[in-house]
Amino acid sequence: MISSVIFAILLIGASVLFTINVRKIRRNILLGRDISLTDNKGDRLRTMLLVAFGQQKMFSKPIPAILHLFLYVAFIITQIELLEIIWDGFTGAHRAFRPALGGFYTFMVSFIEILSVLAFIGTIAFLSRRNLLKVPRLNMKELKGWPMKDANLILLGELSLLCFIFMMNGADEVLYSRGESHAVNTGGNSLGLSISSIIGPALFGNMSHDTLVILERVGWWGHIIMVFAFLNYLPISKHLHIILGFPNTYFSNLRKKGQFTTLESVTDVVAPNFDPAYVAKTDPNNPQRFGVKDVQDLTWKNLLDAYTCTECGRCTSACPQNITGKKLSPRKIMMDTRDRLEEVGKNIDKNKGTFVDDGKSLFDYISTEEIWACNTCNACVQECPVNIDPLAIIMDMRRFLVMEQSQSPNELNMMFTNTENNGAPWQFSPSDRANWTKEN
Amino acid sequence: MSNTPITVRTMAEMMAAGETPEILFWVGCSGSFDDRAKKITKAIVRILDHVNIKFAILGAEESCNGDPAKRAGNEFLFQMQAMQNITVMNGYGIKKIVTGCPHCFNILKNEYPALGGNYEVIHHTQLVQDLINQGKLKVKGGAFKGKKIVFHDPCYLGRGNDVYEAPREIIQKLDSELAEMKRSRAKGLCCGAGGAQMFKEAEPGNKEVNVERTEEALALNPDVIAVACPFCNTMMTDGVKNFNKEDKTKVLDIAELIAQANDL
Repeated sequence: MISSVIFAILLIGASVLFTINVRKIRRNILLGRDISLTDNKGDRLRTMLLVAFGQQKMFSKPIPAILHLFLYVAFIITQIELLEIIWDGFTGAHRAFRPALGGFYTFMVSFIEILSVLAFIGTIAFLSRRNLLKVPRLNMKELKGWPMKDANLILLGELSLLCFIFMMNGADEVLYSRGESHAVNTGGNSLGLSISSIIGPALFGNMSHDTLVILERVGWWGHIIMVFAFLNYLPISKHLHIILGFPNTYFSNLRKKGQFTTLESVTDVVAPNFDPAYVAKTDPNNPQRFGVKDVQDLTWKNLLDAYTCTECGRCTSACPQNITGKKLSPRKIMMDTRDRLEEVGKNIDKNKGTFVDDGKSLFDYISTEEIWACNTCNACVQECPVNIDPLAIIMDMRRFLVMEQSQSPNELNMMFTNTENNGAPWQFSPSDRANWTKEN
Repeated sequence: MSNTPITVRTMAEMMAAGETPEILFWVGCSGSFDDRAKKITKAIVRILDHVNIKFAILGAEESCNGDPAKRAGNEFLFQMQAMQNITVMNGYGIKKIVTGCPHCFNILKNEYPALGGNYEVIHHTQLVQDLINQGKLKVKGGAFKGKKIVFHDPCYLGRGNDVYEAPREIIQKLDSELAEMKRSRAKGLCCGAGGAQMFKEAEPGNKEVNVERTEEALALNPDVIAVACPFCNTMMTDGVKNFNKEDKTKVLDIAELIAQANDL
């Protein structure tokens, strides 16, 4: 009874806290400019199923893809067991689903156990890649400090979730074999769980009844408390991708990657020179900034991208500029965008719902050196397993530098002047354009 | 390649003669002014002439498509250039365009429609592939028979527009050995020119992008590094020079391969 009350308090507390945090993230994302991404629902659904649910783009690197798949599938399937844990928590029952589901229960929990072993292997491999093998993309300078700690905390959290499950099931197996489990006795001397029926007796076989009951309960409570903790860790962590990966791929850019956005606010200025009958598309009473200075100038999709990024660094390891030692790192662009957005969000919280100018912008996080280095080659966009577009942010920041600040590198200013005066980025006379036709 | 000059007519000349071309050849700034790129332009013209396609150029009426300006963040200048070109092309009633450069191809195909320019736009490698498929262009390997050719994907043809196979199928028609770099197709590494980097010095780092890319290509010990973009051509040619390999490895556009192999 008392345990049911404690459980209910924990569950409600964790859910309320999670809801508050999610609403805050949603509010932050909606600080971005509006953009309509509700067309082509079929294509969007297909993209989400392939890229997020089906993990399609992960497989460009097969080894991490398979390790990640273990964790992903184990995570999804374990949710079934979580339902039972929640049911048991409320009712004080023990393995309530087992008598009702019979053989299917044994099969399902056994399957979860096998996946959990694979997930365990995957987690150990990920910890090793990051900390022992020091895979370059997981040890770059933008990961120093919190991001690295975040990554390891997630992996250690996953390990503890798995350990608690096996502690619970293993101890219960031994208790059941002695006829002492709280689970309904359906005969036989084992619960029949694929892994725990082996490792339970091996690890806990010699322990006393009392010790086993404590182990089983510590496993059960440890697991569910870790689940609640994880839920509320997500909003401050890169691990948020397990949720946002789905909407983010649904709202993917479905155009050709070579097609960049057309700024309508610019068209409204340029078009009347060519077509006197042109009707403006943007609201003249609400003039838009050209390009992006701060996170509020980005679209909500750019901001969703930032919250979705799990800092895997596939973008950065494919970036031609980063490969050749330049400062630009597409992953850092996403991390900086999220950091600045969080800062703006906190500012709004502190000032009762309105943003009070703090004299800062996205340019305090991302330097012009990074912005100007980009080749716009789309390698980062291609690589991202959850269809994040770092290039869109870089381009819009360039637009701000050029069109609002006139702050472009000198050589580019010369290119602009040539284009304007000669109709070519170099200093040639436009009248010589067809001279090649007369040369051999 | 033969040296017989080919008469290239402008849209204005065709209109004056009361004729309409099948296709407009968008030459581009590089193809018009850069000495190396002009050779690619002439190769494309020889192919068009060889298969008797009636084509025209805009000549002095063509102006920069606005790609370098746009990628450098100058949307104003881009739209000015685009609308100027669209006014000219719509005035001539242009329907179909072939470009000699993936940047022109991408911007005309994808970014002009929003500004009122709606055309069927193809890249010259797509045109050549079509001509071969339709049997209009018979290709023999010629000097490239049995040679090892590695193809470098231009970003705005490959990732930008998902055109990966056309250039490769053409190379295979030359009876040559098509070699692939580890970073190819969707994983292709940029030559270093895109995003207006062609027009400025690189930021501080430990290597030039074109050197990184050429190194990867040269590791396959190819006879030819095939490209399909005049900017890639410049970058890869400089890269090959950097490694003093210009005697062994040539950098050639797909159009040049076809024209040279078939004595056009």
